[in-house]
Amino acid sequence: MLVTERERLRDEITALADRLGRERSSLIPMLQEVQARYLQISEYAMQVVADLLDIHPVEVYSVASFYSFLDHAPKGRFVIRLCRTISCDMAGKDAVARQLQNDLGVGFGETTTDDKFSLEWANCIGMCDQGPALLVNDQVFARVTPEKVHEILEACRRTFGVYAQERKEGHPV
Amino acid sequence: MSKQQQPGLPTFAAMTPGAGLKAAIGRNRADIIGEISASGIKGRGGAGFPVGVKWNLCAAARGDLKYVVCNADEGEPGTFKDRLILMEHPDLVFEGMTIGGLTVGAREGIVYLRAEYMYLRRPLEAVLAKRREAKLLGQDILGKSGFTFDIRIQMGAGAYVCGEETALIESLEGHRGEPRNRPPFPVDTGYLDRPTVVNNVETLAWVACILQKGAPWFKSVGTEKSTGLKIFSVSGDCDRPGVYEFPLGITVAKLLDTVGGQDAKAVQVGGASGYCVPKSEFHRVIAYEDVSTGGAIIVFGRDRDMLDIAANFLDFFTEESCGQCTPCRDGNPRLLEGVELLREGRCSMRYLNELCGLGETMQLASKCGLGQSSPNAFLSIVKHFKDEIMGRVPAGH
Repeated sequence: MLVTERERLRDEITALADRLGRERSSLIPMLQEVQARYLQISEYAMQVVADLLDIHPVEVYSVASFYSFLDHAPKGRFVIRLCRTISCDMAGKDAVARQLQNDLGVGFGETTTDDKFSLEWANCIGMCDQGPALLVNDQVFARVTPEKVHEILEACRRTFGVYAQERKEGHPV
Repeated sequence: MSKQQQPGLPTFAAMTPGAGLKAAIGRNRADIIGEISASGIKGRGGAGFPVGVKWNLCAAARGDLKYVVCNADEGEPGTFKDRLILMEHPDLVFEGMTIGGLTVGAREGIVYLRAEYMYLRRPLEAVLAKRREAKLLGQDILGKSGFTFDIRIQMGAGAYVCGEETALIESLEGHRGEPRNRPPFPVDTGYLDRPTVVNNVETLAWVACILQKGAPWFKSVGTEKSTGLKIFSVSGDCDRPGVYEFPLGITVAKLLDTVGGQDAKAVQVGGASGYCVPKSEFHRVIAYEDVSTGGAIIVFGRDRDMLDIAANFLDFFTEESCGQCTPCRDGNPRLLEGVELLREGRCSMRYLNELCGLGETMQLASKCGLGQSSPNAFLSIVKHFKDEIMGRVPAGH
């Protein structure tokens, strides 16, 4: 990481702390914002957060590693979380899982080489009456079929063009 | 391909928004707690603690700052009613929280919303903004001088255990979601060590209804120990899955009739942490005194393999255990291994009995509700489906 990048990260996280407060109870909201902006919580980011909240960086690591929506490893722009819990399982999540792997070329817990997609399992996302269900970032898709997988991924790819453009123009999403 | 129109939430839809809060504001604390206690309402999240008792304890606790927390960390497999309540009747939930603030003397309410429901955040914030404009939140609510209360939303970050109230509080405070020892209970030592009431989404909505319609109205349905209507989330092998409203005390058989699940061989009542009711027990009633539930009903059709179901639940608990206490952290993987042995047809009766003993130990020795209830499904499946799960001949033999 370049020094200038580090400086930018530190500045941005400091601005976050100014907005969210420097109490311990601000830790998870801060980490959520870092995750959303940088698609990961890097070791350097953890150190900065720890400095700002005046806690040990291991405290930050222990929280970041506990929750499934926070991650140290870099994620794709679109995180796909397929529900694997009982009702979605009975509704046919295995076929959807297989097609997701076929179309993305990666397994669960992996990210595509172009950094666009991460594929993960989710535990019950509360769509049990309309399974199989999955989340793409914050968006929920119900009654997904293997055929629909392609549509969902294509819709993401089209959006990705927009995101890439915004990032290039200096408006981080 | 909606199998049919969702039955929805007719009772909540018939309420007049704001009427419950208006009724509460003219009454004193003891009076409000009396009304809630008289209704007999118990926690709708699953644990079934009497709401009147909880509020009374928090109101009596000493502290200059108190909190009302709405538990919107709906994560129990098979449960989705809180999602619908938050989408369609958020005002009732916020109203219940505000009544809670008035009653226990809190100035701040926090909605702990699960990460998976991030898409609800923006609409909920919009409802909160409208309530502030209408003077239903903020300073001197509805002109009552000195009554200040506001609500903020804090997102969860993906952990089932945070539905347990002390783990939820840990998470709000910026820690890992590891449950605390109880006592002390949150009503005296809760968020930031202040007296805190934690209630489920549905419970808070019902409180707003009770203040509007009165305790006798609420008690007019249900059983003596389980009063009122309850919202159910129905999924699995039935013709009409969705959200339903039933009086507590309904039999499993009657519920199955309504949702079109008459062919079921078993029903999981209470989600992964609940009890698997076999066909021979469909006469049992769903109520706190018999088969208790937070509202999850998962229907298993006649072709389902009960070991697949047990494995799915145990996978879930193995993944979601916070890892803090040994019975839960190490017990669930052991039970899961046992299910694998059963699948391969290599489990002796003696070992199966040992596993059941382990399950009972987990029920007794785990620190929180997650560990204590995690072996329930396994134990009830073993109890009722021995012929199906034992002596299996693996494919190819």
